[in-house]
Amino acid sequence: MSARDRLVYMANQIARNFEAIGHDAAARATADHIAQFWDPRMRAAIAGDETDLSDTAARAFAILRETGEPAPQTRATVFNAADGGGRSDAG
Amino acid sequence: MGYAKQPDLGTPPSAGATFVTLTIDGRAVTVPEGTSVMRAAAEAGGDIPKLCATDMVKGFGSCRLCLVEVESMRGTPASCTTPVAEGMVVHTQTPRLEKLRRGVMELYISDHPLDCLTCSANNDCELQDAAAEVGLRDVRYGYDGAHHMRQADDTSNPYFAFEPDKCIVCSRCVRACDEVQGTLALTIDGRGFGSKISAGTAADDFLSSECVSCGACVQACPTSALMEKSVIELGKPERSVVTTCAYCGVGCTFRAEMRGEQLVRMVPWKDGKANRGHSCVKGRFAWGYANHKDRITTPMIRDAIDQPWREVGWAEAIDFAAGRLKAIRAEHGARALGGITSSRCTNEETFLVQKLVRGGFGSNNVDTCARVCHSPTGYGLKTTFGTSAGTQDFDSVEHSDVILVIGANPTDAHPVFASRMKRRLRGQDGRPAARLIVIDPRRIDLVRSPHIEAAHHLPLQPGTNVAVLTAMAHVIVTEGLVDETFVRERCEIDAFEDWARFVADERHSPEVLEAVTRVPAADLRAAARLYATGGNAAIYYGLGVTEHSQGSSTVMAIANLAMATGNIGRPGVGVNPLRGQNNVQGACDMGSFPHELSGYRHISDAQTRALFEEDWCVTLDAEPGLRIPNMLDAAVDGTFRAIYIQGEDILQSDPDTRHVAQGLAAMDCVIVHDLFLNETASYAHVFLPGSTFLEKDGTFTNAERRIQPVRRVMDPANGYEDWEVTQLLAQAMGLDWNYAHASEILAEIARLTPTFAGVSWKRLCEVGSLQWPVNEAFPDGAPVMHVDGFVRGKGHFVVTEYVPTDEKTGPRFPLLLTTGRILSQYNVGAQTRRTANTAWHPEDLLEMHPSDAENRGLKDGDWARLASRKGETTLRVKVTERVAPGVVYTTFHHPETQANVVTTEFSDWATNCPEYKVTAVQVMPSNGPTDWQEDYAGFAERSRRIDHLHEAAE
Repeated sequence: MSARDRLVYMANQIARNFEAIGHDAAARATADHIAQFWDPRMRAAIAGDETDLSDTAARAFAILRETGEPAPQTRATVFNAADGGGRSDAG
Repeated sequence: MGYAKQPDLGTPPSAGATFVTLTIDGRAVTVPEGTSVMRAAAEAGGDIPKLCATDMVKGFGSCRLCLVEVESMRGTPASCTTPVAEGMVVHTQTPRLEKLRRGVMELYISDHPLDCLTCSANNDCELQDAAAEVGLRDVRYGYDGAHHMRQADDTSNPYFAFEPDKCIVCSRCVRACDEVQGTLALTIDGRGFGSKISAGTAADDFLSSECVSCGACVQACPTSALMEKSVIELGKPERSVVTTCAYCGVGCTFRAEMRGEQLVRMVPWKDGKANRGHSCVKGRFAWGYANHKDRITTPMIRDAIDQPWREVGWAEAIDFAAGRLKAIRAEHGARALGGITSSRCTNEETFLVQKLVRGGFGSNNVDTCARVCHSPTGYGLKTTFGTSAGTQDFDSVEHSDVILVIGANPTDAHPVFASRMKRRLRGQDGRPAARLIVIDPRRIDLVRSPHIEAAHHLPLQPGTNVAVLTAMAHVIVTEGLVDETFVRERCEIDAFEDWARFVADERHSPEVLEAVTRVPAADLRAAARLYATGGNAAIYYGLGVTEHSQGSSTVMAIANLAMATGNIGRPGVGVNPLRGQNNVQGACDMGSFPHELSGYRHISDAQTRALFEEDWCVTLDAEPGLRIPNMLDAAVDGTFRAIYIQGEDILQSDPDTRHVAQGLAAMDCVIVHDLFLNETASYAHVFLPGSTFLEKDGTFTNAERRIQPVRRVMDPANGYEDWEVTQLLAQAMGLDWNYAHASEILAEIARLTPTFAGVSWKRLCEVGSLQWPVNEAFPDGAPVMHVDGFVRGKGHFVVTEYVPTDEKTGPRFPLLLTTGRILSQYNVGAQTRRTANTAWHPEDLLEMHPSDAENRGLKDGDWARLASRKGETTLRVKVTERVAPGVVYTTFHHPETQANVVTTEFSDWATNCPEYKVTAVQVMPSNGPTDWQEDYAGFAERSRRIDHLHEAAE
């Protein structure tokens, strides 16, 4: 699998796992997820060439393009504020 | 300070809530109801002679030495089995008692060798002490006992010896094996004077028995009958230091008992809140790797990986590394550099590595081995509860009525906690036993072991966790078993309703999903009903949940079940990830993930960045960095070129070995900081020697969020604690770091991380441990989380659709391989393979069902070729019904096997945690190693050549 193929696979896999919450919500959650967790070069490798992406994943990249990246505090992944505590996503 | 054993109060503490006052030898004592007279006397500062009593096991009343007189009671009752009563008046030293005790001692000594001066327990022997206490002067029966003298020693166990002629048959070892460890390997054979301790096998030796070498019997033995071989060899320790074990996520605390700088033995610390005085074969005995001949203590460098290593001084190695890093940064930019922090190292060391990468290298390409184990826990629990850490402390299990274990094998991977769980599963103190549900493709030991039998074992097809949990949710919702009050008060109701509608759909019923999961629907329904209605229900899970393409979904499905049934926010319930490595929790807390700083604050948050930028005097990249698998992909692509790896062996532990090797080989600078030339070091240009947990100060955080001190008991063999090495590299990269002690780093962590605000080295040394959060709201820490509300406010139900993995079986690869651990070995085995633990597990074996083995003409012990779409290896077969037909299982402890040659690049959708637990494979007879194994063995040997300093000078 080439590096780009792997990224396409990952984007589609994220989208597929969100699809149960409906197409629009899934696209937004996928966009949010990619903004939160993907290094810029990973996003850049896909952006601009959305062939092989599923509908939801393609829509996610469109959202990222249109609206810029979502704020860090979103529904899918909420992080602590600078002075906040308690939350954790320990591995 | 001198050496003294921890005080032994004779019998365990009582949990009684009401207090009674009695008089012992004229002194008034107030103790909880249910306390023994013996313990009350000890708490009052007295000392009743005893032999068969120790406070790790219940009073037994067999040695007749602890007799006392109680006013208005007839006779002389044993104080260990006599509970206190209000107003009781006890005399522990009277002429009558003295005479009785002396008579008892005479009988013991008549059948015991008197070689005290040359005995390994000399001056550390309870029999000796008791003889002194009762004033024994002569033995009327002679000294040539007919029953216990002149028996052969059993030295089969590599770590301790059994000398039966020193045994007084007090049965403390038998009861420790039963009550503390729960293995019941030992028994008393024969009757009366002929009674002997037996390991219960035909050979009657410890190694071939069911003994798991936890050491509880050795600790319990009052004489030298069971004694550590290290004490026999070295003698009695002269001081002790309390420290924290560096093996699994249980985080046992030990007394490191020393002679000078020589470690004599590790003895579990009774005040340790994680282990409560218990241990396993790894932490108790497997520390010999620290002085193994393979350990590298001199820095080494080389220009290319096909050259031999060249030993150099620290300054040259650090300059070489920093020079390369700076050159690569100048040419390819900061984002071409990165690092991996270690879950084996301390919080302080981990914090510094991520600080070096972010502040010194200038990128956020920092990750940790949690990526390949519990990162889905992070994502899943944060989404549902608002925090991913385990919700309970270990003590919580004592309040559980139902225990659900999924994708975890605690008796092998978390043995000390498993012993506590087993105690609850056997029932104790008159309470009925907790009931057990096991969801696992294998019949793990817990399913059926002495006095324990799972109410339900659901042997699911690997990769179908989400389907099984959704089917359980279906039963709970459609049969009206939801805790509606809890859901209404504590959870987001809209999300709950969406979820309830989703799981109630007929396509999620156990009957429909049986075709996928292969779990009989009736069993699944019964298990779901038990979980929902059996009282306090707790879920414990491990890597069998997370290491799947739907690992994060499975974690969320678990959280959904706990919320729907109201099993959150009090002792006895909860969602408990069993962490693999000693400091996985801490490594994550310390900001080891590429997208966040310590305390789980996203790197894109300007306010958070500003806090760190001001403190560190640097500018931070606002974009998330690469995770480990992404780093390797980017390396092959040429955009990631240098890595600093502290205490991790990604070549052996990460999936798809060829791909990892390809990524490492593509980098211009690989810096490995480790104890040994591990497999990854074959691809390294700089080797920086590491220090063991015995050689450093710092803290580890265990699976309960418990922060515990690690203490330096000897000087580092390599000259530096690991954080000092990182500091040297940082200084060479131009950073002005001047930490003099780990406590200064901890102070910085506390200053910058709200959940650690109340933590300091001084305070940890005073109180022993703290469970984060430790801040204004929880000044003394938080044993149970989400008590009055979830960290995120309302609990959030998430719809988890079952999406099958793309790793499919087919005609060429008809079997499913799943991987795991074994008790005596640890992870890639870098440490345990370099100890006598290999006596139990010298090689990785492939477990296979008899029908699959027969179809392939394979017998127990035959060599077999294990092939997947990714690669192939050979190993020997163990035929067993523990695995279902169609499923095979192996461990990944030995580099000769390289089980990860066959695992795939598939990973969790949310976190890229690799799918170690599902690989489609074929197995066929074989007569030797594969080409890969032979090529790799040759390569590994070549890449480990060292030109030693003195040779280089010639």
